[in-house]
Amino acid sequence: MVRLRPIVFIAVLLVAWQVAVSRHPAYILPGPWGVVGGMADLVRHGFLFKYVVASLFRVTWGFSLATLLAIPLGLTIGWYRRAQMALNPLVQVFRPISPLAWIPLAILWFGVGDASSIFLIFLGCFFPLLLTSINAVRNIPSVYINAGRNFGLRPAELVYRVLYPAVVPQLLVGLRITLGVAWLVVVAAEMIAVDSGLGFLIVDARNAGNRYDLVVAGMVIIGLIGLLLDTAMRSLEKVRSFRWAYSED
Amino acid sequence: MTTSETISALPAAGTKLKVENLNIVFTRDGKTTPVLQDINLVVSGGEFVCVVGPSGCGKSTLLNVMGGFLSPTSGSVKIDGEVVRGPDPRRVFVFQERGVFPWLTVEGNIGFGLFKLPAAERKQRVAHYIKMVGLEGFEESYPAELSGGMKQRLEVARALAVNPDMLYLDEPFGALDSITRHIMRGELLSIWEAERKTIVFVTHDIDEAVQMADRVVVLSARPAVVQEIVNIDIPHPRDISSSRYLELRDGILQQIGLACKI
Repeated sequence: MVRLRPIVFIAVLLVAWQVAVSRHPAYILPGPWGVVGGMADLVRHGFLFKYVVASLFRVTWGFSLATLLAIPLGLTIGWYRRAQMALNPLVQVFRPISPLAWIPLAILWFGVGDASSIFLIFLGCFFPLLLTSINAVRNIPSVYINAGRNFGLRPAELVYRVLYPAVVPQLLVGLRITLGVAWLVVVAAEMIAVDSGLGFLIVDARNAGNRYDLVVAGMVIIGLIGLLLDTAMRSLEKVRSFRWAYSED
Repeated sequence: MTTSETISALPAAGTKLKVENLNIVFTRDGKTTPVLQDINLVVSGGEFVCVVGPSGCGKSTLLNVMGGFLSPTSGSVKIDGEVVRGPDPRRVFVFQERGVFPWLTVEGNIGFGLFKLPAAERKQRVAHYIKMVGLEGFEESYPAELSGGMKQRLEVARALAVNPDMLYLDEPFGALDSITRHIMRGELLSIWEAERKTIVFVTHDIDEAVQMADRVVVLSARPAVVQEIVNIDIPHPRDISSSRYLELRDGILQQIGLACKI
């Protein structure tokens, strides 16, 4: 019964939404039924699957490239205090620039297409991940590093057997947050820089005939996929050898 | 008794560790702080030495220099006649904070330093030390699932597993409750009697020092000098209500400048 409570609550909200929309037809907002109809339309024409895949494709590339570059770079910078002192101002200047501010340059450099939206997602992920990695290294208690050195580990072994396991939990949190950012950025990027994907669906549904049922359907799908991505990342935090860092005490 | 008498009274042949004219000066923000001043100390093989002193006097610093984690400003630390230049698995540090690796199981922690051994031998050694410190049944547990005393035992087992000649213990029982601490002292002593490692044990607990050590090194407030070295001439197991015990303990309390009455 307790488990059903959230479902019942959502059902009540949906009913309230439907009732409110049908009582005030002057406001342009589709009701839940309209949205379901919109989704059915998208499925029927084969757009839903195509657009979801297109968006996920861009997120995968942008996020993976950022991860592959930012984590090793951040760990290295965090380890060497001088590198951190030299690069920190630069990182701090780039970090607050919204990835969306790069849209004109992205289109100029990569044209309209996958490459420019991947580039924008990459930018949105790179700086948060870089900072997470730098801080993760700096937060390793020195007692772990000293213990590793005491047992005669060579530098490569120290990285693999002490540094890496010590930073993984913090990196996982950073990756989870960053994947959320990537999913935000892809929608914005697709509204401008490409002609497919869920962001494009929303802009196109409005431009090509004020299909607000499709607009809201797109929003709901974006929300659901975002939830799935977050749940998947969260499940990694339950791995036993990572879990130590998340316990309350 | 003075320092020089103590040193000369020791047999030179059995010398394990020799600290000579050791000075440590910390420099931070352009300010220099002398921490250790002209420390001289000789520890014989198999000896159990406690270092006590007021809080913040540099006891841990001294241990870190002996362990090779910190370089002396001047003077030297020699082990078996060789100058210490860095950490070494032949002498293992048991840390003040809980230094067990939280991402490894009990087995993983004890086997951590045994990566050069063949798997079968590693397994056997791990099992031996799990038994020695009484962690049977917890082989697959992670440190987060263990009590403070168990974690401390795990750390001692991890150190012993690599079969070091020396153990450095930095207030190892400081975070434990007094009952657990009492038990842990007994366990450490029986391990020491069985394995005869040379032990340097830093503590702020004078009772603990007098209960365990062959000799107690009393450091002064910073900049620390060796104020006195006290021989504890009571055989184990020690009667901690005997008059000799109380006499030695009160002598050290007075050295540090504390009254025996509260």
